[in-house]
Amino acid sequence: MSETIKTDVVIIGAGPVGLFAVFELGLLDIKAHLIDILDKVGGQCAELYPEKPIYDIPGIPYITGHGLTEALMQQIKPFNPTFHLNEMVTTLEKVGEPSFRLRTDAGKTFEAKCVVIAAGGGSFQPKRPPIQGIEPYEEKSVFYAVRKMENFRGKNLLIVGGGDSALDWTLNLQPIAKRLTLVHRRDEFRGAPDSVNKMRALVAAGHMDLKIGQVTTLEGDNGQLAAASIKGKDTVERVECDAMLPFFGLTMKLGPVADWGIKMEEELIPVDTGTFETNIPGLFAIGDINTYPGKLKLILSGFHEAALMAQQAYHYVYPEKKLVFQYTTSSTSLQKKLGVA
Amino acid sequence: MSLQAPSTEANKEKMPKITFIEHDGTAHTVEAELGSTVMETALKNDISGIVAECGGSCTCATCLVHVDEKWFPIVGPPSEEENQMLDTAFEVIETSRLSCQIKVTEALDGLIVRTPSYQGR
Repeated sequence: MSETIKTDVVIIGAGPVGLFAVFELGLLDIKAHLIDILDKVGGQCAELYPEKPIYDIPGIPYITGHGLTEALMQQIKPFNPTFHLNEMVTTLEKVGEPSFRLRTDAGKTFEAKCVVIAAGGGSFQPKRPPIQGIEPYEEKSVFYAVRKMENFRGKNLLIVGGGDSALDWTLNLQPIAKRLTLVHRRDEFRGAPDSVNKMRALVAAGHMDLKIGQVTTLEGDNGQLAAASIKGKDTVERVECDAMLPFFGLTMKLGPVADWGIKMEEELIPVDTGTFETNIPGLFAIGDINTYPGKLKLILSGFHEAALMAQQAYHYVYPEKKLVFQYTTSSTSLQKKLGVA
Repeated sequence: MSLQAPSTEANKEKMPKITFIEHDGTAHTVEAELGSTVMETALKNDISGIVAECGGSCTCATCLVHVDEKWFPIVGPPSEEENQMLDTAFEVIETSRLSCQIKVTEALDGLIVRTPSYQGR
């Protein structure tokens, strides 16, 4: 068991609102750790629309999702937050008044006075193909991620998809697999051209197979895959395999948040609009994941919510101190924190 | 002389109709605004088979529809960008499109699309 990471605030979700929360907390001398299931910061801005323009950030007539993420990262740099990417918070329990313990699927444990849920539409998780009877195979012989390559040594592998994940794992696993078959719905790939060329060379040399079609049925016993049927344009082909790796990108699912004993309304978390606290003191919800009368799922609303949340969190982090409201334009103390005074 | 607002009735007549057939066979015929997308029309009318997670950015493939075969030549094939997103959808057939990428025009009056059983979530 690794040691417990102790901090003032843990922010779940490193999207634009989670990032801006670091700024508002930082101005009040509150340290934060951020945890995000994606391998990058920016949340939906990074995953769903990095290149698409956003027109409704106040004072910024036009910015892309990627641009906004970059700008926020620059803005919060003085506060030196710690990021834990590629990790999902699996459990959250109350251990004090207030104090919370969180665990992640990477085995880390955190203890924080306050927790801020800024998880947007939930966590990005792999899309599961709608193949009938796939459930018993999942995590036994159907995997949506590769944790240990060695697990696939000497196996007959089926990789499904046409993007970089499918191609990268094809190239990485082909040398150690007994036989690798890549399945994709069309004979064109959206992955990096270099990976596509390498894959095609392996196919041409007879070192792996490429099938055009969609996996329709699975055969096997007790979660152990034996074969899959691949439906092509006019054919159905049976391919023997020990494991299948489908890569169809990500979709947002609420995830473990629903199991933490927080009051929820249709997958959203109701909050007090003065503090953005949930029904549990010290536990906040900001951004797209919360709900209140008049709620708008806008980034700008999430920024406002982050500012008010920080004011309330201050009382838990520094219960003895009195909070005096200050402006960044005029406060030398704030400017020192920002490294500009 | 009084300024006369254009009759809403007359405008309505111009609105193309789109029929969404859900996976279970339930059909909904709704009016679509010119210049909007088929996805937006679906959301406005609570068509349950359309998720549209990314809000129309062509980055999530959760607004998949199967265009009726007779209509497919009029709607046309997907762009390469859209085709790449179709790679991450399920139950994709020859006439599948992402409904956020189909703009409503007068030529689409009467369009029929089918929604899949599953949009990946």
